[in-house]
Amino acid sequence: MGNQIVVPFGPQHPVLPEPIHLDLVLEDERVVEAVPTIGYVHRGLEKLVEKRDYKDYVLIAERICGICSFTHSVTYCNAIERIMGIEVPARAQFIRTIWMEYSRMHSHLLWLGLTADAMGFENLFMNAWRLREEILDDMEATTGGRVIQGSCKVGGIRRDISDDKLGEMVDHLKKIRPLLEESNRIFTHDQTVRHRMRGLGVLSKEDAWDLGAVGPTARGSGCDMDVRSSGYSAYGELGFKPVVFTHGDCLDRCLVRSEEVLAAVDLVERAVAKMPDGPIEEKVKGNPDGEYFAFSEQPRGECMHYIKANGKKNIVRHRVRTPTLTNIPPLVKMLEGIEMADVPVVVLTIDPCIGCAER
Amino acid sequence: MIEQKHTITEIAVTDLLKKTGECHEKGHRLVQIGCTPLGDCYEINYTFTTSWDFESLRITVNDGDKIPSISGIYWGAFIYENEIHDLFGLTVTDINVDFQGHLIETRIPSPFKNAPPVTKVKKGGDA
Repeated sequence: MGNQIVVPFGPQHPVLPEPIHLDLVLEDERVVEAVPTIGYVHRGLEKLVEKRDYKDYVLIAERICGICSFTHSVTYCNAIERIMGIEVPARAQFIRTIWMEYSRMHSHLLWLGLTADAMGFENLFMNAWRLREEILDDMEATTGGRVIQGSCKVGGIRRDISDDKLGEMVDHLKKIRPLLEESNRIFTHDQTVRHRMRGLGVLSKEDAWDLGAVGPTARGSGCDMDVRSSGYSAYGELGFKPVVFTHGDCLDRCLVRSEEVLAAVDLVERAVAKMPDGPIEEKVKGNPDGEYFAFSEQPRGECMHYIKANGKKNIVRHRVRTPTLTNIPPLVKMLEGIEMADVPVVVLTIDPCIGCAER
Repeated sequence: MIEQKHTITEIAVTDLLKKTGECHEKGHRLVQIGCTPLGDCYEINYTFTTSWDFESLRITVNDGDKIPSISGIYWGAFIYENEIHDLFGLTVTDINVDFQGHLIETRIPSPFKNAPPVTKVKKGGDA
């Protein structure tokens, strides 16, 4: 047995888009234990709900994360709407679903690019981000924002998408689909990618379940769990099926995201084909009184917004359980026993969003 | 839209480990632990699920009460229990990975329930 040393990893590190600190206990080059520390971007957003009108707070909820922003606003609105018994019009539900799937595409493409960059595969990195720009163009054209949309409101959405524009979006997705498939093929079959990630950072199905893994981290370990299966928003009408891989290693977590980009394209096409006519919002009167746990599937995994309100315009408590926070214990398990040089890639495969985790 | 079902059961703190153990035996996954400050007391929800029907165990505690850790049953619970300790100053006993108040490292020491003094800044000038 070698001597144990502690190596600090982060909060600033080339593979970390956001700050998290890990104390890595090493024995020679092997990780024996990893101890995480957060708090570098704590903003107290949950506390801010006590000072803001619940309708205005949608815009703050959206800013919990700069990538899953739209899904945060939808989940917050879902919670308020369930408490107040508001029935959101079907067209608004479908358009929310389309924007959530666009968020998933751009988030996964961002992550795939970062992963390629972490492996030193620069061409793949640039290709993934080039495709992401195509997705962001449609987001910007329909919402006015690339990553912060401001298009969701309690009772519906702020903007409609015309049928002509919906047709253009589908045509655009059809045009870039072969490029997405080609990118997917590289992630699936390229020897460089497979050599770097196959068999690395393995999380068994049992551990994933026991430790509370969610999202692609859980689905890459064979857990068939995706909140979209519960049919919230318009997912119940789109024939959704989760993407699941079984090896539980870095490569399978990568392939879940890569396949989910194509699955998101399919969902958007189906949503456009079934798009109902009608209003895009329900008028909201009064203040919420009650509590609700709303769940949604963000690009990074299952997200929960808990709202407790007392009939006043300021909410009593807003608790957000983000996917990154719950994926930290599985990450700690994944890191045990791997080589120091593999730590960055393994950390990246849970797609950590620390801004989300700390709120 | 399909509704996600959610059952909330209020229990005594002394029953927490027993009830959590029952959830674990039934194969439930720990979804989250969340704390809500309500005046002088705190409400803590332990949420579990097997599919998309959720179940929450709810305890109510006061400042100074000791809450037993469920990390012996659900290993990953340490992240929520340390968070509750750091954000609200509650004492959770026997956490498997106890950060002793250092999970969330902020410039203003946690818990944040004692609000820091506010320094008013004049418009266009220094404080």
